Amino acid sequence: MRSRLTVALGRTARTLARLRGGGSGGTAFPGLVMERADPGFLARTLGQLPHGVVLVSGTNGKTTTTKMVVQLLRDQGLKVFTNRTGSNFVRGVLAALLTEVDAAGHLDADVAVLELDEAHAVHFVRAVKPRAALMLNVMRDQLDRFGEIDYTASLLRQAALSTRDVVVVNADDPRLNGERFLEGLSARTAAFGVGPALRSVFLSDDDLRAEQAATADDRAPNDDDAPDSAAAPGALADAAAESDADRNALASPCPAPRVRLVALAGNEASIEVDGAEHRATFAIPGIHNVLNACAALTLVLEVLGDRADLPRLLDTLAEIRPAFGRGEVITLDGRPVQLALVKNPAGFRMSLLSAPTARADATALADAARAGATSRADTATAANRPRPDELIMIAINDEYADGRDMSWLWDVDFTSLKRAGVAVVTGVRAWDMALRLRYDEVPVDVVEPDLEAALDALRERAAAADRPMRIYTSYTAMLALRARLGNLTEVEEVMK
Amino acid sequence: MSTAPTVYPHTGDGPARGRIRVLQLYPRDMNIYGDWGNLLTLARRGQWHGYDVERFSYNPGDELPQEVDLVLGGGGQDSGQERIKDDLVRIGPCLRQWAADGVPMLVICGLYQLFGHRFVTGEGSQIPGIGLLDAETTAGPGRLIGNIVLDSPEFGRVVGYENHSGLTTLGPGAEPLGAVRLGDGNNGKDGVEGARFKHVIGTYLHGPLLPKNPAVADWLLERAVELRGGAWDPLPIDDADARRASNVAASRPR
Repeated sequence: MRSRLTVALGRTARTLARLRGGGSGGTAFPGLVMERADPGFLARTLGQLPHGVVLVSGTNGKTTTTKMVVQLLRDQGLKVFTNRTGSNFVRGVLAALLTEVDAAGHLDADVAVLELDEAHAVHFVRAVKPRAALMLNVMRDQLDRFGEIDYTASLLRQAALSTRDVVVVNADDPRLNGERFLEGLSARTAAFGVGPALRSVFLSDDDLRAEQAATADDRAPNDDDAPDSAAAPGALADAAAESDADRNALASPCPAPRVRLVALAGNEASIEVDGAEHRATFAIPGIHNVLNACAALTLVLEVLGDRADLPRLLDTLAEIRPAFGRGEVITLDGRPVQLALVKNPAGFRMSLLSAPTARADATALADAARAGATSRADTATAANRPRPDELIMIAINDEYADGRDMSWLWDVDFTSLKRAGVAVVTGVRAWDMALRLRYDEVPVDVVEPDLEAALDALRERAAAADRPMRIYTSYTAMLALRARLGNLTEVEEVMK
Repeated sequence: MSTAPTVYPHTGDGPARGRIRVLQLYPRDMNIYGDWGNLLTLARRGQWHGYDVERFSYNPGDELPQEVDLVLGGGGQDSGQERIKDDLVRIGPCLRQWAADGVPMLVICGLYQLFGHRFVTGEGSQIPGIGLLDAETTAGPGRLIGNIVLDSPEFGRVVGYENHSGLTTLGPGAEPLGAVRLGDGNNGKDGVEGARFKHVIGTYLHGPLLPKNPAVADWLLERAVELRGGAWDPLPIDDADARRASNVAASRPR
């Protein structure tokens, strides 16, 4: 009875919000009204689900991975409730529930898969104890919101402590694979990770700094003349050996990964599941997305247990397309525009390295991995050449959702763009970005802070040269550019 | 372990106007929030001004180079500070001597705090600093975070981003870097930010302070050149991008 009232109240609030908002209406207001009127609604409604609540968190890749988990579970025959992107707050979850429940407050679903950021995950688990949680990574974005990475990890740990059955962690993330994170959890732990050949490609933020400290040759302007340095490779090998030793320490509380990404050649991945190797060809671009797929697969295997149909799960994963703005390809004037969301140094670097549409690069990357390249420098160099015919735009805003702090741009190595150059730099912080590129000696054609004017400039240049486009973009710039692209061409509708 | 320096050779024709040896303190543990930007800015501007820049790295347990012309240090996580604090005390006397000799230094955030007398934690225990700067830091209740703009008597407007929870108070032996026009600064109360002693600058303007404030970068380079009796003879550098970037930063919400 109480739920019935709450649903009616929430729907009234939504109608009011829509009337006031001229039809657009936000998700926050009805959520707020429901939260105030009936604090137990969330737990009561989600508590009905036979397979419980599955939470996806971490600093990078939540939206894409959540989309994968949902798809995997649906293809295994489950009815899944999820919060589609943009509403990963408790109130957003409430608002999403409002559209799904019947008038009595009954949710017709078997399981809920929810994307929650670090801070909201903590609030959420106070109300609802998840059955399973996936912790993707702890990277260095949103420092202006959360202060420190170690603190971000502690927020995720609070969510992990409230999880009942299983916590899935990234075996290669030093903030998630250690005792500090894993000790005292009541849920069992499972892990996903990468094989030794690819480890050098997936640098944690710590590795990134260590690498910067060690490989000065990338930075020196004479790197073309002197590709080799006696010091750097040795230092890198030492660092790699050290972290391997850490990883293999007997005392490590992190279990061996159930799912490991062993090799990637183009879009052909080799994935080890419970020790057996499988091949899959992915539709989704980007090596980080293939790792997200491994994370999603681990979580789903843990959640489904014996019911899991592995060959089918692998088929589903292979077909998944990028979530909006995350490597999504839009066609403009008959030419592809790829949107690459960038939020932090490791993510930006990965995006520059994986250059997903550049088949030659991905192949080189895989070759390097197959050859067992142990030096980060080798693997990175092979993957570092951007596709020469792609016009690049970088769009950087500093709104709250992007992070106000621009410091992180200085932790990204842009020297891989030196030869191709950057066609257009845009966004509120266009001049910060231009300044950053200048110090890495990357030529920039146009600096235009206005996003629409910048997109026009990119479009003109692409038309004149008949070249595809790629846009590296911060979050709010991505939303704006995507909306603008939606006026110019066909873009998938996303509920916000 | 002491490693050979990385060389950033001068650009342009003809011989170098000189050599500037930059020592980066604890790049492994105290190098977060874009601190790399400061090193890169010093190296590039040194090159553009016609000097060869040599970069030395120093991590805990390493041997310090005999002579350096400029010292750079950054911020870190609490865990990073934990790893370097004893080593810093060990090399403190050498750093103090260098500072007394006029070696220019720029230390940000975590190392700014540890260049002071002490850091008093929330529980009241003390982490000793090296007392190079007459400053003391106490753990604060929250974080002071956001865009920050200073008026500096020496450098004019200085623009950056602060993110710290430690509250720093200066003693009579230190001058502030500037007066706070937007933001919190050292402790949110005094209205000042940073500390200066001789040619040493400590500040909370974290990470890439220098790219958007080239006057500070060139001042450090000039002090470094003069330290060894060289004449500072800079070449013109077009800093229009830096001006625009810092104008935008100064106009943004905190």
